[in-house]
Amino acid sequence: MPAVDPVLFVGLGGTAGALARHLVGERIERGTRDTLLVNVVGSFLLGLLTALAVPEVALLALGTGFCGAFTTFSTFAFETTRLVEERDLRGAALNAGLNLGGGLAAVALGALLAGLL
Amino acid sequence: MSDHAHRVEPLVLVALGGFAGATCRYLVDLAAPVGFPWGTLAVNVVGSFLLGVLLYESRLVGALSAETRLVVGTGFLSSFTTYSTFAVETAALGPTLAVVNVAANYALGLLAVLAGRLLARVVA
Repeated sequence: MPAVDPVLFVGLGGTAGALARHLVGERIERGTRDTLLVNVVGSFLLGLLTALAVPEVALLALGTGFCGAFTTFSTFAFETTRLVEERDLRGAALNAGLNLGGGLAAVALGALLAGLL
Repeated sequence: MSDHAHRVEPLVLVALGGFAGATCRYLVDLAAPVGFPWGTLAVNVVGSFLLGVLLYESRLVGALSAETRLVVGTGFLSSFTTYSTFAVETAALGPTLAVVNVAANYALGLLAVLAGRLLARVVA
């Protein structure tokens, strides 16, 4: 571990992740599609990073920091709850299922790609 | 000139919140017991509760500024909580614990938003 505090790597990666999520267009209350996109793409990247033997500093900055901040659970939970509130139970179940299925499939795909690299 | 400033400012707010959110998530994870992804569950539930309070407060009362929503909601809370870590940790668990982890994050996360809404209503 270098002399620089690992917290700083996580924080800097988190800054980039939050900005990237914002720039992708993900906005709370704008719809669920952008949240699904960042969650699936971020899960793929983290699955790839975790399966690759990257140095711990890179895992902290890119994994815990960037991917962790790029994806979001709170916005997903808020948007799903709002669909339930609007009595769109089908939409809520679809959103929950797509995030879970897409996220887990993306992790597996990332690990698979790491095995090929 | 002022147009430029207006375009930059939201990014600064999101960046500051994102730095703090990711850092706090990491510190919670370091403090959490090992053996089950307790840290991620904790940040996801607490972050969902706080986002519920923030967004329903905005809707019901509207005392908070758009800047506050950006720095706290889009910046801090969206970075404090994480879906990718939740997905990777779930994939690494055995079948039973994976189901428990998904059920706990989903059920408690949605209930936390509703609890946040309740608090926002009581305050409003």
